[in-house]
Amino acid sequence: MSELLLPPEHRYAKIIKEKLNEDGSELSVLNLGPTHPATHGIFQNILLMDGERILEAEPTIGYIHRAFEKIAENRPFYQITPLTDRMNYCSSPINNMGWWMTLEKLLGIEVPKRAQYLRVIVMELARITDHLICNSILGVDTGAYTGFLYVFQFREKIYEIYEEICGARLTTNMGRIGGFERDWSPEAFKKLDTFLEEFPVAWKEFENLFERNRIFLDRTVNVGAISAEKAMAYGFTGPNLRAAGVDYDVRVAQPYSSYEDFDFIVPVGKSGDTYDRFCVRNAEVWESLSIIRQALDKMPAGNEYHAEVPDYYLPPKEDVYNNMEALIYHFKIVMGEVPVPVAEIYHPVEGGNGEIGFYLVTDGSRTPYRLHFRRPCFIYYQAYPEMIKGALLSDAIVILSSLNVIAGELDA
Amino acid sequence: MALENTQIQDKLVETFNNDVFNFQQERDIFTLEASADKITALILFLKNDSELRFHFLTDLCGVHYPDNDSERQFAIVYHLHNWYENKRLRIKVYLNGEKPEIKSISNIFLGANWMERETYDFYGINFIGHPQLKRILNMDEMVSFPMRKEFPMEDSGRTDKDDRFFGRTVSNC
Repeated sequence: MSELLLPPEHRYAKIIKEKLNEDGSELSVLNLGPTHPATHGIFQNILLMDGERILEAEPTIGYIHRAFEKIAENRPFYQITPLTDRMNYCSSPINNMGWWMTLEKLLGIEVPKRAQYLRVIVMELARITDHLICNSILGVDTGAYTGFLYVFQFREKIYEIYEEICGARLTTNMGRIGGFERDWSPEAFKKLDTFLEEFPVAWKEFENLFERNRIFLDRTVNVGAISAEKAMAYGFTGPNLRAAGVDYDVRVAQPYSSYEDFDFIVPVGKSGDTYDRFCVRNAEVWESLSIIRQALDKMPAGNEYHAEVPDYYLPPKEDVYNNMEALIYHFKIVMGEVPVPVAEIYHPVEGGNGEIGFYLVTDGSRTPYRLHFRRPCFIYYQAYPEMIKGALLSDAIVILSSLNVIAGELDA
Repeated sequence: MALENTQIQDKLVETFNNDVFNFQQERDIFTLEASADKITALILFLKNDSELRFHFLTDLCGVHYPDNDSERQFAIVYHLHNWYENKRLRIKVYLNGEKPEIKSISNIFLGANWMERETYDFYGINFIGHPQLKRILNMDEMVSFPMRKEFPMEDSGRTDKDDRFFGRTVSNC
């Protein structure tokens, strides 16, 4: 075969040829992923290994890139919610709400207090599912399957609450511009109460299972540590940044949806290692539970679940079938006859993983001129090669797990 | 004392004269335009100045404006954030459509590395001095830059989603 037809040599091949260890042993190259069961998604890493130790890593991403930003430029505003669902599918309602809030900022819509509180409840439930999956899978990656199985049933219970609210479980497509599609059923509140009663017991046990566990401590303490300065330079936000000791939280820095009405603390760690990330997420779950309880206690009376903005609020289907006004508004919105201001908006929300930002440029047409998603996972994964440098192969799995990189959000 | 817009503007105008312009408060974010050749100096100044302290790069992305003059065909948008004062800042830099290029800021903010690669991947903008400017989300063999407006997403023969058929244009709303 002609040499021209051979693929170009990887730079690691050259390093391996040139560098032999003193005892004569060679370096080696290992492909971790793209479809490795322990990577929880499709990420490729080409690792340069000295025995079990990682010397260098080269990541490749984009395996599930679905061109969401391009698709968004071709869709009316209300049809973009399903795209946001499919980014961080572990906590999709937060993405949904973030997108609606961006539009509400654009259109100057004030959402009723009750709808804001309902949104807070859903967003905190989503945060719990996100942290629950992340932490329990971290347990699985250190060899402890029990915790995962034990708390996973509560994710199902949260999904049942979602189901009561909007009919969907994973990709919820929840909400409308100005609020929800319909009011929450009494059954949804009942399920929420049951959840608030049962889940804390299980979560306490889950914490007890791991927090003082010798094997878990050995596998996570001082593993994959990142300093606060480095984390900020990379653009970390969310639990991964807070684990390094920086108490930045969008809910506090730039409150949205009435977060200023609730008392909660922002848990921070010290060392920024895997164990701290685990503990920060654990603590955040307790705060989320507290916020949900406060929201239920302070919930304004009445049944307001959306703002009175018929020009933008897509009416519920049964109204469209039975009410002439609703039918007209439905047509006007779907045909894109309602004006949208020309503007540039950036709106951040605190997702399960950190600051999710929506940068929206509009030109007055029925679709965004440009929509860019600031995706926290995209930022975390960039730091991954540096974080695993010098670690063992088994540590690389645990570090990836504790960063909670979600392929859908990484690639968008 | 909170960081005021005028304070930012005065300081930047004093240092960069005509290279920073078009200051305005757009909704909740103070924005400005800057000329492309001064971007690294500007970002570095905003980051290191003891009063401004925009130490966090929130986001970096591109926008394509094919209807603009050839000098303003592409825009790079930087979102910076000062956590001490909780102040956000948007910087917009317009680039030439024939040869879109700008200096990389990946040596100032580590996180800019992948964001610039993504912008290159989508728009074909050359970030001068970037350590590894290659595609990131799309495959290497691809020849087009898919987020440019000249690459429509759908079949151009398709008319059922055309705004004209709904009696709506950009100018009549």
